[in-house]
Formats: sequence, C-alpha cells, structure tokens
Amino acid sequence: MTMQTLSLAPWLVATPLIGAALLLLVGRRSDRWGHWLGVLASTATFVIGLVILLDMLAADPDQRVGVHTVASWIDVGPLQVDVGFQVDPLSMTFVMLITLVGSLIHLYSVAYMSHDRDRRRFFAYLNLFVAAMLLLVLADSYLLLFVGWEGVGLASFLLIGFWDHHLPNAVAGKKAFVMNRVGDMGLIAAMMLMLATFGGVDFSTVLGSAGAADQGTTTAIGLLLLLAACGKSAQLPLQAWLGDAMAGPTPVSALIHAATMVTAGVYLLVRSGPVLEAAPDAQLVIAVVGALTLLFGAVVGCAKDDIKKALAASTMSQIGYMMLAAGLGPVGYAFAIFHLVTHGFFKAGLFLGAGSVMHAMDDDVNMRRFGGLARLLPVTAITMGLGWLAILGVPPFSGFYSKDKIIEAAFVGEGWRPWVFGTVALLGAGITAYYMSRLFFMTFMGRRRWVTELAGGAGREGGSDGTPVRHPHESPWLMTLPMIVLAVGSVGLGFALNAGERFVHFLEPVTGHAEHHDPVLPIWLIITLTLTLVAAGLALAFVQYAMRPVPTTPPPAPAVVRAARVDLHQDDVNEAVVMLPGKVLTRSLVFADRTAVDAGWLGLAGGVGRFGTWLRGLQSGYVRQYAAMTLGGLGVIVLVIWLFSGQGAS
Amino acid sequence: MEFEAPVIDWAVLSPVLVVLAAGVVGVLIEAFVPDRVRRAVQVVLTLAALVGSVVAVALLWDRVATDGFAFVVNGTFLLTPFTLGIQAVVAVLAILGVLVIADRTRTGDDAFAPTAAAVPGTTYEDAAREAGLQQTEIYPLVLFATGGMLLFPATDNLIVLFIALEVLSLPLYVLCATARRRRLLSQEAAFKYFLLGSFASAIMLFGIALVYGFAGTVSLETALFRMAQPGGPILELMPALVIAGVLLITVGLLFKIGAAPFHMWTPDVYQGAPTPITGFMAACVKAAAVGALVRVVFTLSLGLDEELRRNLEVGLWAVAILTMLVGTVAGAVQTDVKRLLAYSSIAHAGFLTVAFVGFSETGAQAVLFYVLAYGLATLGAFAVVTLVREQDADGVVLGEATHLSHWAGLARRAPWLAAAFSLFLLSMAGIPLTAGFIAKFGVFSAAVVAGAWPLAVVGVLASAVAVFFYVRLIVLMVLTPPAEDAEGAQDAEVATEGQDAPDLAADGAGSSAAAGRTLAPARTLRRAPVVVLSSRGFATVAIVICAVGVVLLGVVPQLALDWAGQAASFRPVQP
Repeated sequence: MTMQTLSLAPWLVATPLIGAALLLLVGRRSDRWGHWLGVLASTATFVIGLVILLDMLAADPDQRVGVHTVASWIDVGPLQVDVGFQVDPLSMTFVMLITLVGSLIHLYSVAYMSHDRDRRRFFAYLNLFVAAMLLLVLADSYLLLFVGWEGVGLASFLLIGFWDHHLPNAVAGKKAFVMNRVGDMGLIAAMMLMLATFGGVDFSTVLGSAGAADQGTTTAIGLLLLLAACGKSAQLPLQAWLGDAMAGPTPVSALIHAATMVTAGVYLLVRSGPVLEAAPDAQLVIAVVGALTLLFGAVVGCAKDDIKKALAASTMSQIGYMMLAAGLGPVGYAFAIFHLVTHGFFKAGLFLGAGSVMHAMDDDVNMRRFGGLARLLPVTAITMGLGWLAILGVPPFSGFYSKDKIIEAAFVGEGWRPWVFGTVALLGAGITAYYMSRLFFMTFMGRRRWVTELAGGAGREGGSDGTPVRHPHESPWLMTLPMIVLAVGSVGLGFALNAGERFVHFLEPVTGHAEHHDPVLPIWLIITLTLTLVAAGLALAFVQYAMRPVPTTPPPAPAVVRAARVDLHQDDVNEAVVMLPGKVLTRSLVFADRTAVDAGWLGLAGGVGRFGTWLRGLQSGYVRQYAAMTLGGLGVIVLVIWLFSGQGAS
Repeated sequence: MEFEAPVIDWAVLSPVLVVLAAGVVGVLIEAFVPDRVRRAVQVVLTLAALVGSVVAVALLWDRVATDGFAFVVNGTFLLTPFTLGIQAVVAVLAILGVLVIADRTRTGDDAFAPTAAAVPGTTYEDAAREAGLQQTEIYPLVLFATGGMLLFPATDNLIVLFIALEVLSLPLYVLCATARRRRLLSQEAAFKYFLLGSFASAIMLFGIALVYGFAGTVSLETALFRMAQPGGPILELMPALVIAGVLLITVGLLFKIGAAPFHMWTPDVYQGAPTPITGFMAACVKAAAVGALVRVVFTLSLGLDEELRRNLEVGLWAVAILTMLVGTVAGAVQTDVKRLLAYSSIAHAGFLTVAFVGFSETGAQAVLFYVLAYGLATLGAFAVVTLVREQDADGVVLGEATHLSHWAGLARRAPWLAAAFSLFLLSMAGIPLTAGFIAKFGVFSAAVVAGAWPLAVVGVLASAVAVFFYVRLIVLMVLTPPAEDAEGAQDAEVATEGQDAPDLAADGAGSSAAAGRTLAPARTLRRAPVVVLSSRGFATVAIVICAVGVVLLGVVPQLALDWAGQAASFRPVQP
C-alpha cells in the first residue's frame, strides 16, 4: 500500500464523526437536511474505504499490512500509546462491511424515520456509531480499540433508548449499558495484564510477544478478552440484553444489533489470535461458550412470536457459530470472519425486511397477527425470502458457504471435541432452519390473521376473534432499495468470496496460514447431513405454520417451550445470581456509608464550619488587632522553631 | 579620589526600564495630553510598555540562560534565569490585568472613582461624577507598581530589594483607594494595607539590618560567601543573629505573599480595592514576592549550616500548614465572592510555601509554574467578578454583586461566563486537566523530594477541603435557581441594625451590604437583581486568554514545565 492511501485512514473515522458533530451542534436548524448530511457522511466514508481497499488489493499480499500513526497519545513512563490506525485485510473487511451496510441503512432510515421529529438526532447517533465502530476496528492498540468499544456502547445505548419517552425502551437501553459494562471490565483487566506482562497495549507489542509469555497469563488474558467479547456480542452468560435492545428503531437493530457492533467481540478475539493460540484452555472455553450460545439462541428463537426478538435470538445463535469458529484456532478465524460478513448482509436484510413488515402493519411485531403478506409486500417478501434461504445455508446462497465451513471446521480435531462441537453445529443448523422458516411462513404464508376495514371489523383492535385491522402496503423505494442490495449480497456474496478460497487467502496476512486438516467425518457426509437437517427443519415449519392455521394467541405448550418463550429464564437467573446478592451488598454498603462514612464526613464538615466561624471572628476589621496578630504570629513561629528544633534561636 | 563612571549594560536593565520609563511618560501625558484622548493614549502606552517588557525578557533569555546570569553595577541589578522567568510571568499577568483595568463595560464607567481625592458623599464628588471625569493616573500607577515588581526579584542588593518593595507597594496603596463604588470600604482597605504594609516593611528592614550586622554587607552573594567560610566565625558566634535576620526578611516577604499568620490584611484589602486592582494585585504581587523570596531566602539558606537551615525549615513548615488551614477553612464559610477569592489566594500562598521547603531548584521550578497557573486563574476569576453587577429597580447598573446569593443560577443567565468562572475555580481546586492540578502536583512533589512528605499530605488534605468551597460556588451558579434576592435584603437589614461595628469591613455577610450603604441606600439594594454586563472587549479578551491558558497548561503542560525547568536556577552561577 502506498503512504498516501494509508494516510487516508484517519478520515475513515473523522468523516462520520464530523457528520455527527455537525448534526448535534447545528441542532434543530438542520432538521430539514440533516438526514441527507448523515447519508452523505456515511457514503463518503464508504468511498474512502473503497479507495484504500482497491489500493490494498493492488499490493502484494505481504505488503498489505500497514500502521498509520497520527500522534503520540499517552506517554507516561512505561506506558506509551500512539493514536495509530491499523490498516490490514481484517480491518478493511470490517470497514467495508460497516460502511456499505451502514450507508444502506442510513438510506433506509431516511424513509423509515421520516415521521419522527427527532430524525436529525437519530442520524447524528448513527454517524457517531459508524465513527466509533470504525475506530474500534482500525485502532492499532487495545486502548484505542477500547475508545471505539465504549463509543459503540454509547451509540448503542443512545439508539436503543432513542424513543426514551416509553419507559421500557429506556430500561432496555440501561440494561444493555449495564451488561456491557461487565464485559468492559474484562477488557480493562486484560489491558492491565498486558501492560504488566508485555509492557504495552499496542497490537504489535502484545501479539508479537504473546508466544513467549507464561501460559497462565495468556490464559487469563484470553478469558478476560472472552468476557469482553461476551458482553459486546451477547454471548452466554451476558446475552440477556440483546433481546431487549430490539426496543430501538429497526434500522438500529439491523446495523448495530445484527450486522456490526455485536460482531465486535468476534473481531476482538480474531485480532487477538496469537494470544489465544498461546492459551489452549481459553480457546476451549471460547468454543464451548460459542457452542452453548449457538444452541441457546436457536432454542429461544423457536418460541418467539415477536419478529424482531426471533431475529435477535437468531443473531445470538449465529454469533455463537462465529465464536465457535474463533475458538477453533487459526483454522477457524477466517471462517468466523467469512460468516460474519455474509451474516452481516443477510441478517441486516432480514431486519430491514422486518422493519418493512412493521411499517406495513402499524408497527406490530407479533407474528401471530401477520400471515399471507407475500402478495401485498412482494419486494419485502422476496428480499426476506432470499435472506431466509441464505441463513438456512441452502446452496448456493451465501450462508451455505460460510456456515458449512464452520461446521466442517468444528469436526476437525482429536478426541471428544470434534464430535461434540460438530454435532452441536449440525444440530444448530437444523434448528435454525426450523425457526427461520417459522418466521418466514408465519409472516408471509398461510391465512391472514388480520382484517382490512372493508372485510368488516369494529375498530382498530376489534376484528372478530381479536384479529386486528391493518392496511398493509409495500414500503417506498428508499426502503426497498437497500433491501434489494442486501438481498443481492445474501445471494451472491458467499459464492463470490469463496471462489478459489479467495477470502481466506485475503485474510492470511492477519490470521496466518492454517494447515488444512481433514474432518473426522468425510466432507460429503457432513454436507449431506447438514442439508438433510435443514430440509427437515424447513419441512416441519412448513407443516406447522404454512399448512395448518396459526392461533393468534400462543397455545398452551410443554415446559420447555414455555421456558424458551421467556428466554430460558435468563432474567430470573441474572436476578437470582447477580442482582440479588448485588442488592444485598449495596444495601449493606449504603447502611455502612450512612452510619460510618457520612457521619464522619459531616462531622468533619461541621468541624471545618465551626473552626472557620471562629477564624472569621478573629478577622475583626481592627487594624491594630491585625498588626498585633502579625507580630504575635512572628512570636508563635519563633516559638515553634524553638520547640521543634530544640536549640535554634536561643 | 577620582570618580569612575560605572559601565552600565542598558540591555540588561531593559525589562524594568521600559516599564518605569513608560510610567514617567504616563505622568507627563496626564499633564499635557488633552482629556478626550488621554485614556486611549494611556492604555496603549501601558500595554505597549508591558509587551515591550515581555519582549525584552524574551530577547535576554538566551543570553542569561547561556551565561547563567547578567548584572549591572556589582549586582545592584542582577538577572538570573529564575528572575527572568518571574519577570515574564509578572509582565504577562500585568498585561492581562491592565486589560481588565481598562475595561469600561457597556456602562461606560471603569472601576475607578472620578476623582479619588474627593471625600466620599460630598457634592464635589457628585459634581466630578456628573462631569464624567476619569482618573487616568491609574495607568502610570500600575506601571510603577509593575516596575517595582519586576525589580523585586532582580537584585543582589538588599537595599535595592527594599526599594523595590516600596516602589511596588506605594502605588498599590493608592490604587486600592480608588474604587468608584463603596468608596469608604476602598479607602479603609487602602489605609489598612498601608499601615500593615509599612509594618511588614519595617520587619523586613530590621531583618536586612541584622544581615548587615552579621555579614557586614548588603550583597547577598557576598554575605553567602562570608557565611560559607568553613569554620568561619559568623555561624559559630552569632547563630541567633543569623537566623533572626533571615527569618525577619522571610516574614516581610511572606506578608506580601499573604501567608498566615501575616495574612490578616488580605481579605479586607482584596474586598475593598477596585476589583480589577484586586486581580492585578493577587496575581502579580504574589508572583513578584514569591520570586523575591526564592531569590533571597533560598540564596541565604545555602549559607546556613544544617541546624540553622532546619530551624528555618521548621518555621516554613509552620507557616505552610497554618496558611493552608486558614485559607481553606475560613474560605469555606465566606459569603462574599471577593473575600472567598481572597481566602483562596491565602490558601494558594500556603501551597506555594510547601514548595519553599528544601530551598532547591526543584522547588523554584514548581513555584514558577505555580504562580503562572495561579495567576491566570485568579486574574480570570476577578475579571469575571467585575462583570457581574447589581442593578436597581430603574435598571441603573450599580457595583459588583459580590454576595454569594447573587451568584445563584448565574449559569442560566450567562452560561459562557459561568463556564469560564467554573474553569478558573476548578483550576484553583486543582482538578486534573487544568493548570492548577499540574501546579499543585509540582509543589507537592517538590516537597516530597525535599523529604517533607507530611507537608505534602497536609497539602493534599487541604486541597480536598478547598475543593468543597470552590465546588460549592459552581453548584450555586449551575444548580441553584436564582432567589428573589431575599438573602441580600436580609443582609442589608442586619447591617443596618449592627451599626455599632466600628470598622466597615467586619468579616462576613454584613460587610458587602454595609459597604453598599455608602453608595446607595439599603432600600434600593433590596430590589437589586443581578445583571451580567457585556464587557467592551478588553475583559473578555483577558478572560478568554486566562481560560485558554488554564486549559493549555493543564492538558499540555510539558512546554511550560520545560520552560520553568530552564528557569529554575535562582543564583548567579555558570550553568
């Protein structure tokens, strides 16, 4: 890469940041054109990223990693941190994903938020998010990454609670914020350990000397990084916030809580590859967490009637796949990123489709009150259908290439691991097929579980047997265009990137070249098994939700389904394990604070006040007294000298 | 004996000379320049002279830094890097001070009486006010005072030191008496300052006499040379004389700095003096006096033996602890913003004294940075005070609204002004990312290096208490809704009842209202809401420069620290 293009890297962060600053500072005056400024900033960032990428592709593979240092940030003794931008295939992959999907979602939001009086503020936050996310992936040190990490957390908090006049939304924003802080502590502690062990927190220092470090330390760092990743990427046990985060506007769910921010954890782990390779135990824990979350999300997804929450559960599950791959070592890194990219496209497309459906259905999210929408929303149905086939992993859609690679990689290894991880990955694919098909069929197929006014109905919520009155219509082109582009990506991106293992080789300067190992089962068998399970899941969903009528209220169900409907009791678990002891602890601390600390402090303040009042009394205004005190003070000092140094003046 | 004319290196004198010469020209301007343009000419001349002084310092910098010193006539005038550093700080702060002094706000009045010689409340005074007279002698007076301050740390000769002290003090006594409003309070302040200042001068002069008594010279370097004779008779035979002489000089200088127990004049004088003058005094006099103290006492301490030096250190410990304690504790119960800032300045004198212990170049460096950081914040804060005024029912702007209750909710009325004031207060409190933090860090670490860590601990504790009263003011401005002046009215009542108090400047709540009585009846005060005046540019420029300086020194202090490090050498020695 040439220096000129490398020096463009800061502008990737600066452009959307300037956009956000302008929108926030200019204020209401920019209400009329502010959203277009937001779109422009995002698109311009994409163009800058494209220029850098093209230049990178023109260079030799070993010339593709560069660091552009802007300034020295912190320079105190042993800790030296620069503000630098790491430009390499991994970060550029993220840059392209963030800016392309981000720009499309900006465009979509222009129409989606057109009736919101705070649309400008929304775009300011979106731009802020893009800037922070790009800083996260372009940072050349963990500390600078942390700035972006907190920045996306802030933007996410602001956007989840964007409609904060509804209390539940504000609560959801807070929940996401608090759970993310738990993860952040992991990152902070990891940085402390790095500083203590390697004497620095920049990637080149840490990753370069990770191999030589003590395995206990690297394991600790790896687990702390995993904790951070769990918080950001909604993995067990910090998964509970993602479902509630759906309270934010749907474009936010598409961009932040599906395509980009929630994948930051995967980025962190892949970026920290050399540390993890020096910590096999941490790798195993990562794979286990990924596998568990994969199943957890899939099971929850089967029972959700809220279209956005079903998609959120699916996101959790798909990120579980990526974490599993990241836990498999160098062989899995490229596949994790590959799946991350294709997932970014089809999941963003699915969310935008869900937004389009909600737009048509008066912001209803309950799929039990949808049905038969395919004919009325053809573009939405087709684009979502393509995304659906992609996430199912049906060849030749993009999900097939990426997910299949992960399942194959999960079957590689020795001992019990390939069998357990492989089986989980296989099962997950089957369950995914079931719940995603359920979502698709409940929304677009079957009978209509709503009425138009013409068909007879007493009021908005008053159709016979509780079916609501709706007037579905296809969304405007500003919304459908991004959906179409993302659908094209869902169809072709996997094949395009997989051809000749192009993408895996592209990432090799960062992830390293992984020797190819054969899975414990033959590849053709794995593919056959996968596709069979997918077909079975799809067929089951078709029978249940497309052929039979769907009840508009959830039917009574066995215990496991009821548990899945409430997210497998995740909130109860959190409350019992964390919140309750925490409350007891804080109450007792408050008690101690009141009785001991406050009392002491107030006593001190009172003492200061009394002493001050006494001193004020000395300040009588009589000049003769002032002079006397000056002289007396001199005497006192002489006395003090005499007392404290024994002889002195005598 | 034939008189031999001394060879005088005028360039070395230039930082002081340009200011004093401009002062003389200023007096001539008073006599010969017509009334209309007199003020403009004076302001331009004053600023030009002070800028010229800064330029002179800058031009001399390399020469003095390389040679280690430069002198005229056997050290009667002596420049060391530290002296130049103090001169730079004083001159820069004086420029900012003059900007505030020159501001007339939108009322068209400056802070000074039309004719300060008029007896308050007489028809002559009213006539002078109606005629629109203005007292432009203020500017030459400021120049003379500044000249004295520049000379104060720039000599090896104790007699010249005393002359410099008087040159800087006498114009200040006059300036203190010139307030346009609350004139009795102003004159009272000036008289108190004069009496107590003379008293302190006498103490210092006594110290100088004792030094001459044991050393037989008024030259510091010569005295040092004679004291340092190994086994020499001075320290053996007259230890009491030595420590008494050094101590008395120290006390005289500590008085000017405002360290306890020699601080009693500070609140009254700071409150009574015209606010721009208070800011000028608080920033520049302290810098100059600290410079002189470092020059004289640090130098003399080098000649003391271990025991005597320990005695001096114990004395400074006592002063430092007492000053920090008095400044912060008494500051916490003040209700008048000028008095509050006065106690804050006392507390800062205490923090500065912490750095004196050890008598090292580390201390000198810390002190130099401290006076710059403190001076910027203090000048800025007093500049803000000049703009917050009372207003009577007819909308006529009165004097400064110094009672704390007037400042409630100020952030809503003037957000930028309140933000700047908060910044200055935070810097004085020593909050990180402001100049005050770096400055405090510097003095405390200098104390730790000198082995006086208990002093540093006391300093940190005192800073914590001080944060309370600074933040209380910020909370008052930002969070408290403005009251309908109920408190101010009450104070006026209290003062009227308590008329048996002999001095107007009795401490506390009554004083501001009592002082207000001299100008306007208490009844008008009761209705007085607060108005924030827009400055006519000068004060705004000063506030902005101070604010930027406070932030820059706090965020990127390295440049200034390096500069202070270069200027740490306070003795005329080859580097």
